Amino acid sequence: MSNIDLTPSIRRRYRAEQRFKVYCMSAVAFALLFLAFFFIDLVSRGWPALEQAQLQTEVSYSETVKAGHYRKAIDKSLQKIASRGWLRTLPLYLRQHPDRVGDKEVMWITADASVDQYLKGHQSNLKEKQRKLVDRLYSEGRIRLGFNWDFFTRGDSKLPELAGIHSAIVGTVYVLFLTMIFALPIGVMTAIYLEEFAPDNRLIRMIEVNINNLAAIPSIMFGLLGLAIFINFFGVPRSSALVGGLTLSLMTLPVIIISARAALKAVPDSIREGALGVGASPWQALWYHILPVAMPGILTGSIIGLAQAMGETAPLIIVGMLAYIPDEPSSVFEATTVLPAQIFTWAGEPLRAYAERTAAGILVLLAVLLSLNGLAIWLRRRFERSW
Amino acid sequence: MTASDVVFILLAGFLPMAWFAHRLGKNRAVALGGADNMHSQPGHYGWYAVLGLALPALGVAVVGAILSLTGVYHVPAIMLVTAALVVSAAGLSLALRFMRADLPARNIVESSIIWGLRLASMISILTTVGILLSVIIEAIEFFKIVGFWNFLTGTEWNPDTAFLAGAGRGHEDVAQAHFGSVPIFAGTFMITLIAMFVAIPIGLYAAIFMSEYASRPVRGWLKPALEVLAGIPTVVYGFFAAITISPLVVQTAAFFGLAADATNALAPGIVMGVMIIPFISSLSDDVLMAVPQSLREGSLAMGVTKAETIRHIVILAALPGIISASLLGVSRAVGETMIVVMAAGLRPNLTWNPLEGMTTVTVRIVDALTGDQEFNSPLTQSAFGLGLVLLVLTMILNLISLTVIRRFRLKYE
Repeated sequence: MSNIDLTPSIRRRYRAEQRFKVYCMSAVAFALLFLAFFFIDLVSRGWPALEQAQLQTEVSYSETVKAGHYRKAIDKSLQKIASRGWLRTLPLYLRQHPDRVGDKEVMWITADASVDQYLKGHQSNLKEKQRKLVDRLYSEGRIRLGFNWDFFTRGDSKLPELAGIHSAIVGTVYVLFLTMIFALPIGVMTAIYLEEFAPDNRLIRMIEVNINNLAAIPSIMFGLLGLAIFINFFGVPRSSALVGGLTLSLMTLPVIIISARAALKAVPDSIREGALGVGASPWQALWYHILPVAMPGILTGSIIGLAQAMGETAPLIIVGMLAYIPDEPSSVFEATTVLPAQIFTWAGEPLRAYAERTAAGILVLLAVLLSLNGLAIWLRRRFERSW
Repeated sequence: MTASDVVFILLAGFLPMAWFAHRLGKNRAVALGGADNMHSQPGHYGWYAVLGLALPALGVAVVGAILSLTGVYHVPAIMLVTAALVVSAAGLSLALRFMRADLPARNIVESSIIWGLRLASMISILTTVGILLSVIIEAIEFFKIVGFWNFLTGTEWNPDTAFLAGAGRGHEDVAQAHFGSVPIFAGTFMITLIAMFVAIPIGLYAAIFMSEYASRPVRGWLKPALEVLAGIPTVVYGFFAAITISPLVVQTAAFFGLAADATNALAPGIVMGVMIIPFISSLSDDVLMAVPQSLREGSLAMGVTKAETIRHIVILAALPGIISASLLGVSRAVGETMIVVMAAGLRPNLTWNPLEGMTTVTVRIVDALTGDQEFNSPLTQSAFGLGLVLLVLTMILNLISLTVIRRFRLKYE
């Protein structure tokens, strides 16, 4: 087709056609660019927290240290640049290991957060004299940026150089375990009832509308429910993993029900009728024939629900899970914190060293969430069947 | 003995006992005549015996819990365990005694299972009732103090002196606490509006691209890639909005000679909009795909260009679905909490300027419930008053959206 045939109005319409396509493509490009910018920004903020300034020095385990004068454990010139929080753990350590009193040991210890920030080129409140000392020690190789194991092995701390995500991760595992214990059986049972056994009446239709509505209610409402019903009425301890797990399980329930119903619905009727035809009861048809086929779909939906619950913060804050909790819980009744709540707490800290750790905590959370979702997609692809 | 011990004893004790009961029932069924002249399989009689064991124990546990919770009588744990053991032993022996060859064990077991399923499906109703009750009861207390009309129409939110009333010093000569919610709802409205300005056009155009222009493989990876945006936890978006987008907004505004607050409404609004893009794009993509191909072909055959077909035919046919997706998006935005808590500020501010800081309903709820206030102080109760309005608002949006979707489906199937 040559351009000569085109009247101005057709040419205008073709230009509009092109413009429309460009709008569509730029919308997609915007979303993808935002996603890329988001990840690059978070990684560049969180990456430095994986390294931590460490200081090589001789630590002397003397009686004075055991008695509580922990700063005496290292040379006087280094006391200002070593982590006070780390030194403070020494008296307890010596009381637990009395045979080490009198020993001396050359080792790498955690440096103060201001040294860490100075070495990473950020703003630091380190004094001029100590800056020179740090520069000298760094060039001698007695100060280094080493991998930050403490971040994964310690709980929260008021000193940024010692703050880690260990207790938050343990808390998250507790809460998610409880969430699944409560939500998975009840969700699958509800889905089975609604899909296989329920009559079509007004009550059942009301339950269905109700489930769809629950799935779209703001998550903070479940926090209000947890506070008023679980904590104030049933007397479940505030901030405990139990109240967190119960609250999140009610929130995850609709997700599991909806996906389990979809999985059951996808099983072709021929399987059901075949089982009934050879004399199985409805329950036997379900238990021995339909449920095994629907299981991968149910599992996929549950993993997605689990991932959603794992990132949820608002309801947990309402039931009190944002307190300062440095230790990991030993039972489901004890005060617990979870990873998103820990991220929220750190995000409110004014010190820059915390901002770095917040971003690193976010990276850990996102890595776990992305692998959970990846697992769900893999499961779906692996077990997908066409009938 | 603590509550955890009781739970542990009941669970640890129950499993071996259930196994034992199952064996007893099965063996007795075999002794009675085996599979040939019994009504059901021996395994069914085993489960029948387990029911005889478990149901009475469950009943005792429920009665004990109700007595303790209503405060009639606090049952000691040791008594509860003993009572459960005695009752379940009696139940098991009764069940075994009634066992005969013509006992329809399978029907009994299966109908109990279905009753269990029926009870489980009631939990979701109970959850809704629980949310409504917990919000309404506290909200009524709050409205008794403040007055519903004052709450809805007042333009000043200043609850800082409310704790004095809780401490019995309400008559002292200090500024009266004000609970006028207009500025708070205005903030919610403003941020929702910004979010929708981002989410609806981008989500809709992305959906059109996926359903009308993209090839199958491109659509195959594009849709999950966009859905990643919905899977990111809101606390992460909040951090991102507060620490990256807010300074960007301030710098951009300064470039144009405008002054923006460090906690402006624009940053959380934009980020929230991006978060909602996949809700709108995925749902709209589904409804666009459901538009019958014949509509498109009919239009193209008339010489209409593709863009015109999409704009005038396809979108019109899919409009109910698109509206319902957008309403769900609005409901998300109104109830979104972490992004605004971290990036929108606490100051109730009645303004049209999105560069100023403003607060939202969810921010005030979180703020009122995370302080160290007494539970029955007006400030704490104000959270439930705000929660009630938020709940009603989102429920109405959800129900409209659900009905629109259902009407739409009726039209095309």
